[in-house]
Amino acid sequence: MDIYFFKFASFLYLSGTLAYLAYVLFLKGVLSRMAAVIVSFGFASHTLAILTRYFEAGYTPVTNLYESLSFFAWMIIGLLLMANLKYKIKVLGSFLTPIALILMLFALALPKEIFPLAPVLKSFWHPFHVIFAFLGNAIFTLTFCFGVMYLIQEHQLKAKKMGAIAKRLPSLSLLDDLSYLSLKFGFPLLTLGIITGAVWAEYAWGRYWNWDPKETWSLITWLLYAALLHQRLTVGWRGRKAAIMAIAGFLAVLFTFLGVNLLLPGLHTYSKWQ
Amino acid sequence: MELLVIGLNHNTAPIGIRECLAFPEDKLEEALSGVHALSSVKEDMIVSTCNRVEVYAATRETEKAIHDLKEFLCQYHGISLKEFEKSLYTHVGEEAVRHIFRVASSLDSMVLGEPQILGQIKDAYDLSQQANTSGLVLHRLLHRAFHVAKRVRTETKIAISAVSVSSVAVELAEKIFGTLEKKTVLLIGAGEMCELAARHLVAGGVERMLVTNRTYERAVSLAQEFRGEAIPFEDMTQGLKKTDIVISATNSPQYLIGHDQITKVMKDRRQKPIFFIDIADPRDIEPKVGEVENVYLYNIDDLQKVANENIKDRGKEAQKAETLVQDEVVKFVNWYRSLDVTPTIVALRKKFEEIRKKELEKTLSLHPNLSDKEKKSLEALTSAIINKILHTPITLLKQTNEEAIADLYLDALHVLFGLPEKSLETFLEKFEEKDEEEETNLEDAF
Repeated sequence: MDIYFFKFASFLYLSGTLAYLAYVLFLKGVLSRMAAVIVSFGFASHTLAILTRYFEAGYTPVTNLYESLSFFAWMIIGLLLMANLKYKIKVLGSFLTPIALILMLFALALPKEIFPLAPVLKSFWHPFHVIFAFLGNAIFTLTFCFGVMYLIQEHQLKAKKMGAIAKRLPSLSLLDDLSYLSLKFGFPLLTLGIITGAVWAEYAWGRYWNWDPKETWSLITWLLYAALLHQRLTVGWRGRKAAIMAIAGFLAVLFTFLGVNLLLPGLHTYSKWQ
Repeated sequence: MELLVIGLNHNTAPIGIRECLAFPEDKLEEALSGVHALSSVKEDMIVSTCNRVEVYAATRETEKAIHDLKEFLCQYHGISLKEFEKSLYTHVGEEAVRHIFRVASSLDSMVLGEPQILGQIKDAYDLSQQANTSGLVLHRLLHRAFHVAKRVRTETKIAISAVSVSSVAVELAEKIFGTLEKKTVLLIGAGEMCELAARHLVAGGVERMLVTNRTYERAVSLAQEFRGEAIPFEDMTQGLKKTDIVISATNSPQYLIGHDQITKVMKDRRQKPIFFIDIADPRDIEPKVGEVENVYLYNIDDLQKVANENIKDRGKEAQKAETLVQDEVVKFVNWYRSLDVTPTIVALRKKFEEIRKKELEKTLSLHPNLSDKEKKSLEALTSAIINKILHTPITLLKQTNEEAIADLYLDALHVLFGLPEKSLETFLEKFEEKDEEEETNLEDAF
């Protein structure tokens, strides 16, 4: 049941992505509004997919890669819809929806069967750990998009091109502010994710910190964002440097999430394919 | 009388030569008198801005006047003709008329349609009047030029392109800062283009305006206009730390703001972005400043380029303006030609009419008992005779297009009929009043 909702959501995200890309091409407000409506329905269907799976499985469905990817995409779209309410950055959807779509398509290619929960995952802390970590990751996806937009817009302004691209992107100041704002939300969540993870690890493996690749890489990610936050707070880093750092941070997030699972064996690999 | 203009502008001469030949504002009156002292020049006016140096003159000996004017430029500025002759242009007669019309309409400006040049020409003209070096020919020409400029401004969209340069500045500022509210602008120097841009920014919501100038008094008066604060020129670096947008338009020959200085300022600003608009020529801000992080530097050419992309019908509008100028040139030249013959015709008619009246009175006093009807017949008869006699020569004069032949006829008429010599001037004076009216109309256009 959940798979149908999931597939339908993916189809709507695909349509939404196309509408958002059409918006970028033709700059017609109606296209972005249409895209937002399509994506909202996709989000509703996606929510149903997660809920039905929750009831079918009897646990929070964040236990394997398929579920994680789905959850990650769901959070990204949720944040996009929230951002749409607050800020009038129509082009944001053109960045975030394709990312969510890619995660969805990736998830579609993975095994989706519901298995009884592995004993190690049967913990009060596990869902909190995953939710915090993924909410942080989703917010960092926004930070990443703002960073990319910033670099593009900055390049337009420095190259003295006030063409189609510059018109479609928001102002540098807004992009930088939002990048900072999302960092301020994302960082505590990532921190909470790591702490709850450590607490759960103590229950599961008897040690708070095991230096397995996932832990090491999330620490690297955490340090990158901590450095960015520190530089912003103290030296007044902003703009280009901050944008590049946010992009680097997101690459670390992706590696921690996907690269480690697929390339580096360790304690977290229980969630590799199954 | 022939009109001529000799000079150079931003298209023909590099800034170095333009600077060499420029007349400082306080010496302009003296230079005007110097030109006026040349025997070949009857009337003269000098336009000297950072983009052009031009001498306008009315003369009876065109070749000699051109030679004399070149000589004057060499002597006055102490440079040899070789150094700048290639940059010089000389326009005579109709071409000179077209030139001043195009210049006044800002069709010859670096920023097409910029409003500054008209004011500068007005100033040049006022000064030539003060110095008593412009006469009736230049007077008429200039008033016509102002009229043409006004027409170009109201009937074509050329002026909009200059305005759009300022709005591009606002657009860019908004792409950098999001909103202009709570932003501070620093004006360095003055100038119409600069004020225009500042005005647009204020309209866009800029909160605070700082003004600085080498002459503190000027900064103060400009600051009053914008309800801003004047800051001493030496404190400019302090001002840079507090501002978000800088508009610079000074006449400084070297850079006012350098790369290293801005790197330091940016540190003090904690990397807060800053947007420089350099309207000056030569530039006030070192181009390398634009490479500093969080610094955005646009000079007037950059803004123009962006503005051009925004205006699709630009070529069409320029063409429209050129056609309009051409019409006005034809009108002026026709009028100017008729100027040579009309006073003579008027004088000739006057002379004949006087003779007729005198002789008629004599005859009537000899025959006091003529009836009213008979008196009227005599009146009609005499009028008809002089009209018939004058018809052929007057038609011929009006139709003669070649100036040399017209001059020959005119001279002959003046000698043969003993017409008064100064007729041209008295005739022209009648135009004065009409021009005064036009001038008040022109004021509205500013």
